Amino acid sequence: MSLFDFANSREGYYGNYGGTFLPEILTATIEELQDCFRTCKNDPSFWNEFVDLMRTYSGRPTPVTYLENLSRQLGGARIFVKREDLGHTGSHKINNVMGQGLICKRLGKKRVIAETGAGQHGFATATMAARFGFDCKIYMGAIDIARQRPNVFWMESLGAEVVSVEDGQRTLKDAINECLRDWVTNMADTHYVLGTACGPHPFPEMVSFFQSVIGKEAREQIIDEAGRLPDRVFACVGGGSNAIGIFQGFMDDNVELVGVEAGGHGPGSGLHASRLAYHDASVGVAQGYKTYFLQNDDGNMLETHSIAAGLDYIGINPILADLWEKKRVRFEAATDEMVRETLTLVMRTEGLIPALESCHAFAQAILEAPKMAKNEIILINQSGRGDKDIFTVADTIEDEHWKQFIKDKAVEYGS
Amino acid sequence: MAPDTVTSAASPLELYLRERLEHKKLLLMTHVVCGYPSFEDNWRELEIMAEFGVDMVELQFPFSEPSADGPLFVRANQEAINNGTSPADCFAFMEKVSAHFPFKVLMMGYYNTVFKMGEATFVNKLAAAGGCGYIVPDLPVEEAGELHGLSASKGLAPIVLMTPTNTEARLQLLGDASQGFIYAVARKGVTGNKTEMGDDLDAFIRRCRAHTTLPIGVGFGVKQKADLDFLRGRADIAIIGTAALSAWEEGGENALRTFFASLTA
Repeated sequence: MSLFDFANSREGYYGNYGGTFLPEILTATIEELQDCFRTCKNDPSFWNEFVDLMRTYSGRPTPVTYLENLSRQLGGARIFVKREDLGHTGSHKINNVMGQGLICKRLGKKRVIAETGAGQHGFATATMAARFGFDCKIYMGAIDIARQRPNVFWMESLGAEVVSVEDGQRTLKDAINECLRDWVTNMADTHYVLGTACGPHPFPEMVSFFQSVIGKEAREQIIDEAGRLPDRVFACVGGGSNAIGIFQGFMDDNVELVGVEAGGHGPGSGLHASRLAYHDASVGVAQGYKTYFLQNDDGNMLETHSIAAGLDYIGINPILADLWEKKRVRFEAATDEMVRETLTLVMRTEGLIPALESCHAFAQAILEAPKMAKNEIILINQSGRGDKDIFTVADTIEDEHWKQFIKDKAVEYGS
Repeated sequence: MAPDTVTSAASPLELYLRERLEHKKLLLMTHVVCGYPSFEDNWRELEIMAEFGVDMVELQFPFSEPSADGPLFVRANQEAINNGTSPADCFAFMEKVSAHFPFKVLMMGYYNTVFKMGEATFVNKLAAAGGCGYIVPDLPVEEAGELHGLSASKGLAPIVLMTPTNTEARLQLLGDASQGFIYAVARKGVTGNKTEMGDDLDAFIRRCRAHTTLPIGVGFGVKQKADLDFLRGRADIAIIGTAALSAWEEGGENALRTFFASLTA
C-alpha cells in the first residue's frame, strides 16, 4: 500500500489529516518545496545519492541487534533492536536532516533554520549545515535548553546560532512557531528543516521519505537475523518520524505496528504527551496541519509533559493519526516511571543505552514480550542513544557521585 | 471608486466602506487583542479609536499558537489566554462593541479557534455579535470553501490576504475568493516590524488592484503619519496594528491619544 498516492484524495491529506495551513506569504515557498521534493522523489538517482551519503557520512546501514539476555530474562518473544543510535549524532534525526540538506542544495538556498526539542534534531541540523556550508539558526525552547545543555553546546560548537524561545510553554511547539516566523521573513534564501513528520505538506511526506531508509534496511536485516518477519514492531512517537520510518518497511506485511507515546505521569494527570493512547486529544489545525492535538475546548493548546524532551509535543504525525483510525497502527503510552525502570534494565542486561525517547518503545515491548510465545519476534526501533540524557538520568536516579561531581564543577567555575 | 463597480453581490461591509470612501480618501482600520491587558482596557482603547474616527476595528481572538504574529502580539495573545479570555468572552465583548460604537467590527484570529467551535457555529455567533467579517491568516483559500459559503448566507465578509510573494495567477485566485476588502500584506515577515514605504509597495498595490475591484487595505508595519500620507491615493484603508498597542504599552490612554493625534494631524 502506498501512503503517498494522492491520486484518489487531496494532495497532502492522509484520510482527514494533514493538509497545508500556512499564511499566504508562504504559498510560493511551499509550492517551490513541493515541486523540488516531487522531482527528487521521482528521480532514482536522488535516492541513491542519499543512501550513498548516509553510508559514507553516517555509517548506514545501522545494524539490527538480537537482545539474547533480555529475551531470556523475560521468557517470551525474541527481541531484536534496530540501532538508529549508532548513526552520526546519535539518532535517526540525521537521516531526515541529510536528505533535506540535499533538497536545500537543489533549491539553491544558503541558510537553514530548525526547531529542536531534545536537541537531537538541532544537533543533526548543525552538523549538516557545517558539512554543506549553510548558515544555521536553531530555535529551541528555554525549558529544553535548560534540560539539554550538552546538545546546545554541540550545536554552538558546530557553528550554529541557538536561539532561546521564551514565548508560550517554551518547548518544542513554541520553537516551531518561531521557525515559521523566521521563515515568513527569510524564505527567499532560507530552507526550514522541519525535524519530524508533522507540519504542512510536503513535510510529513518528505520526512517519511527520508526516514523510510530505517524500515527498508530493517525488513531485510530481521529476515537475515531471525529468519522471518517480526510479529510486532515498536517505536516511540513524539512527532512520529522514527515510527513512520520503521513502519514503512512492514506496511504490506502481516506485522503488528505499535506506536508508544509519552505517558508522563499517567492518564488523567494532565501531565503527559499522549495524543492517541489516552484519548485526551481532539482534532484541530495548528502549526500548518490538521491532526489530533492536546488542546482545550477553546482550541488553545494544553501544557504537555514527558521525561523525554523529544516526545513532549502537542500534535502527532497526520499519517499515523490516519493509520491509527484505520486500525493499522496500535497506540500505547509508557509513563515516566516505566521509562526509568526500562532504561536501568536495558543498560544492565544488554549494555545498551537507549535515549529516554526510545525507552518508551522498549518499555511497551518489555511489557508485552513475556505474554508472547517463544517463537514470536519483536523488533524495537532504538531511535537514539541515551548518553545525551546524562543530566536527566543521573538526576532521576539520584546518583550521589554525579551530584558531587556537578557541585565540584560549579565551585571550579565559580572561583 | 465608481459606484457602478458595486454589484448586487456586494457584502454589507463593502457597501459601508464604499460609502465612507466617498467622504474620506483613506480609511483607518485598527486592532485590539481581546482581553489584553483586559476587556476594560480594550474598551478605553476603542473609545479613543472612535474619537479619532477609526472606520473599522479587528478584534483578535487570542490563540495559543499565533505563528503569524510578531513578539508584541504574541505576548498579548499569551497573556490574554492566561487571563482566561475565551472565544465566548470575545463574542460577548464584540456584541457590546458593535452595539455601542459607530465603526464596523471584524473578528481576527487563527483557524483552530473557528474549527474547534465548528464553522457554522462560528458564523452564527459572529453574525449575532454584530461582526461584519473575519480575518483568519492561517486559512488558505483552498481550505476555506465551506466557511466562505456559510459566511455569504449571513452577509459576512471573509477578508483575503494578498502578499508580495504571490504570482499573478495566485492573486487572481485570491481576488476571486475575496469579499469586503483586500488585506494587502505590505512585506514579508510577521506583524510589528518597519515597512519601507516606497516603489516596491506602490508596485505591489498596483498588482493587487489589477486582480480586484474591492477596496484595498494595507497592513504590516504601518505606524506613522508619513505612512498614511504615502498610502493616501494609492490604497483605500490603512491598517494599524502593533503601533497602537506599543503606544498603549508605553503610556496608556494619553500615549494612545497622542499617537492617533499624530497620525491624523
